[in-house]
Amino acid sequence: MKLKTRDDLNNLKAQHQVLLQNRRSAQPISVSEAQGKPRQVMVCGGTGCHASNSPQIVEALKAELQRRGLAEQINVLQTGCFGFCEKGPILEVHPDNVLYLEVSPKDVPELVEEHFIQGKPLERLLYQDPNTEERIASDLPFYHSQMRIALRNCSLISPEDILEYIAVDGYQALAKVLFAMTPESVIDVIKQSGLRGRGGGGFPTGVKWELTHNNEANNRYIICNADEGDPGAFMDRSILEGDPHSVLEAMLIAGHTIGASHGFIYIRAEYPLAIHRLEIAIKQAKQYGLLGKNILSSDFCFDIEIKYGAGAFVCGEETALIHSIEGTRGEPSVKPPFPAQQGLWGKPTCVNNVETLANIPPIILKGGDWFAGIGTEKSKGTKVFALAGKVNNVGLVEVPMGTTLRQIIFDIGGGIKHHKTFKAAQTGGPSGGCIPTKFLDTPIDYESLIAIGSMMGSGGLIVMDESDCMVNIAKFYLEFTVDESCGRCTACRVGTKRLHEILTKITEGKGTLDDLDQLEKLGKTIKDSSLCGLGQSAPNPILSTIEYFRDEYLAHIVDKTCPAGVCKSLLRYDITDKCKGCTLCAKNCPAGCITGSPKEPHIIDQERCLKCGACLEKCRFDAIIRH
Amino acid sequence: MCDNPSPYNPYQQLDRYIDGLPYKKENLIAILHHAQQLFGYLPDKVQRHIAAKLDIPSAKVYGVVSFYSFFTMKPRGKHVVNVCMGTACFVRGAEKLQQEIEKQLGIKTGQTTEDGHFSLDSLRCIGACGLAPVMMVDGKVYGRLIHPEDIKQILDEYREPALKEGTST
Ligand SMILES: Cc1cc2nc3c(=O)[nH]c(=O)nc-3n(C[C@H](O)[C@H](O)[C@H](O)COP(=O)(O)O)c2cc1C
Ligand code: SF4
Ligand code: SF4
Ligand code: SF4
Ligand code: FES
Repeated sequence: MKLKTRDDLNNLKAQHQVLLQNRRSAQPISVSEAQGKPRQVMVCGGTGCHASNSPQIVEALKAELQRRGLAEQINVLQTGCFGFCEKGPILEVHPDNVLYLEVSPKDVPELVEEHFIQGKPLERLLYQDPNTEERIASDLPFYHSQMRIALRNCSLISPEDILEYIAVDGYQALAKVLFAMTPESVIDVIKQSGLRGRGGGGFPTGVKWELTHNNEANNRYIICNADEGDPGAFMDRSILEGDPHSVLEAMLIAGHTIGASHGFIYIRAEYPLAIHRLEIAIKQAKQYGLLGKNILSSDFCFDIEIKYGAGAFVCGEETALIHSIEGTRGEPSVKPPFPAQQGLWGKPTCVNNVETLANIPPIILKGGDWFAGIGTEKSKGTKVFALAGKVNNVGLVEVPMGTTLRQIIFDIGGGIKHHKTFKAAQTGGPSGGCIPTKFLDTPIDYESLIAIGSMMGSGGLIVMDESDCMVNIAKFYLEFTVDESCGRCTACRVGTKRLHEILTKITEGKGTLDDLDQLEKLGKTIKDSSLCGLGQSAPNPILSTIEYFRDEYLAHIVDKTCPAGVCKSLLRYDITDKCKGCTLCAKNCPAGCITGSPKEPHIIDQERCLKCGACLEKCRFDAIIRH
Repeated sequence: MCDNPSPYNPYQQLDRYIDGLPYKKENLIAILHHAQQLFGYLPDKVQRHIAAKLDIPSAKVYGVVSFYSFFTMKPRGKHVVNVCMGTACFVRGAEKLQQEIEKQLGIKTGQTTEDGHFSLDSLRCIGACGLAPVMMVDGKVYGRLIHPEDIKQILDEYREPALKEGTST
């Protein structure tokens, strides 16, 4: 059905609004009150929950509800990510707003019996507070300090149904821009909001739109950067999987504002589910006349095309990305000219990140002042972080700028796994740095993170504990940049290799104090003489770990030990006098280097030991130590 | 396998795909994705075919294929096992997982088993970091892979039923 006017859109919204009215209302009704009312079960269909069988849960639910004669009344839908990935698969029942965690397909019959037939929540699948052991059905502490703007619709609506998006004010911002605003006034609102690029650079979005708009040309382009190269980050993927229309709507708004009639989404080929949802969204938007010619009978025409990445991290950099869309090797080029001056096929081009775009429709509807009222002086609004690593609640969190790392890791993230001690948080991926304990209370925004030697990056936040070796972590990131350097600049190509070699030497116990100076000097040279952000930021993981964890480097270099017990060459296994001579270790040693007679203390031949740790795992008498 | 003139001839399928595109040279990367799906990998011959079809130098096609790590010029196994080496997986034991799979398959990362059944590779973040450490077999994601027995069970699912029973096909 093609929507011909703004009124058509409003009518459609009015028709479908009732569907959405009772989802997550501030005063949810009880499970027993909801009995007999139309209900919806929203099952998480993000990549994480998908991998732990959420599609089977959907099937099982549909079959069981059918069997119980409830299929008419209770609708089962797939949503995007709830954010609480640690406890997936997750499902939520509306209008009683009950959240079930770690559901498996075999829980379904009991769930249907208890919740939908007996009318009481199934306690054992509710969230349990780790301190009070109380079961909580809705409004979990995980969400308390969060504020969802970019993620507003993720897990609330079905991403595969445009009507659900329309019911939650979808495409209203586009209508407002088309019929009640000029491009100049849109630019003013975005500037006023203080929105800055969420792809890492933090460039003011309104200014970027204005620059692209002001460049004389007969054609312009808008590109959505969905390359999400930071390994361990999944914000953009989750937005595309959970709310693809919000990105399409924002691209339409950007296109109208800068004067583009064609947009591209450049997405990683590793994200098949996000691609699938985007394809559906584009198809539906075309069917409803929200993409294509004369949108809502205005004179605005706009089309969107998906372009696939092919596994090159550097293609996230905007000039490289543009070359990749043009079908060539994705190597960065010198700026200026900036894409806003000369981008895709030489035309002014605006490149924006997925999360940046997801913020646009609410800003248009609620105003620049509203957005500018959230956050810190220079960083407005919220930021989505992919919280991962050694933290209890791995997941996707959105918090106002200025929230501290402590709030994110301990209040929302539930602290460190297995009661270990926090050591560092890594932000900014391979371009960022490791932040030590002393900065846990720093309010985070673009400027403060740079001041402490890291950067916002796209929002990856990896938590590390006492058992992570910081030298080894730095080496891990360098391995990444060595792999991903496009090779154009010598400093980046050769320099990162050299840095990696030195780090390898240190982790093998062959490092010298001179190597430490070398790392710092070479790091600075690479930063100064690389063409693009990849090379310019590649030494950051090393420089920040040397600054905050110098002791650990010194332990490797001077004492030849790895305090975290990670670097193999520096470990030593010994059998203590607790040994009972059970021979189990000797039988399991792949090197055959443990000797001793039964019932006599055993001994390890250090020369031949592979440091594999098999003996330590096998010994039942705690007789083997690693040091 | 490639010169079979059946209706499923992959060269003809590739040509049909290319003919259907609104513009060609600019879509080189999409064409290569499609070709890799059809052939499993991108040998010289396929690259030259694409170059001729698009009327561009084959050096250009080669330049693009070699730039992007997603494209491979070596034939791959029937099933491709990819271990995630993203940061979230790395700090939750991805190296151990990789070593365990290398042990179980008897090959190193980047190699293919002699019978051509499995290839082992690594990639960086599939976005299921909550389940770290993670691997992907032919596009299906498996998470929380800590125990060698769990890994063995998953890999067994991809072995030929005939092979498991001891007969050959
Ligand atoms: C090596 C490198 C990788 C990058 N990767 C990404 C990425 O994966 N996603 C992204 O949105 N921006 C990435 N960027 C930043 C882009 O160049 C560009 O600044 C951004 O897409 C602009 O959008 P924004 O202003 O909305 O942030 C990367 C930059 C560099 C130097
Ligand atoms: S800095 Fe590195 S990645 Fe960037 S253009 Fe130079 S060589 Fe390529
Ligand atoms: S660490 Fe491994 S190689 Fe060394 S003694 Fe123990 S089992 Fe043998
Ligand atoms: S397993 Fe432990 S107790 Fe048994 S021989 Fe080895 S060190 Fe001694
Ligand atoms: S780091 Fe492995 S899935 Fe993200």
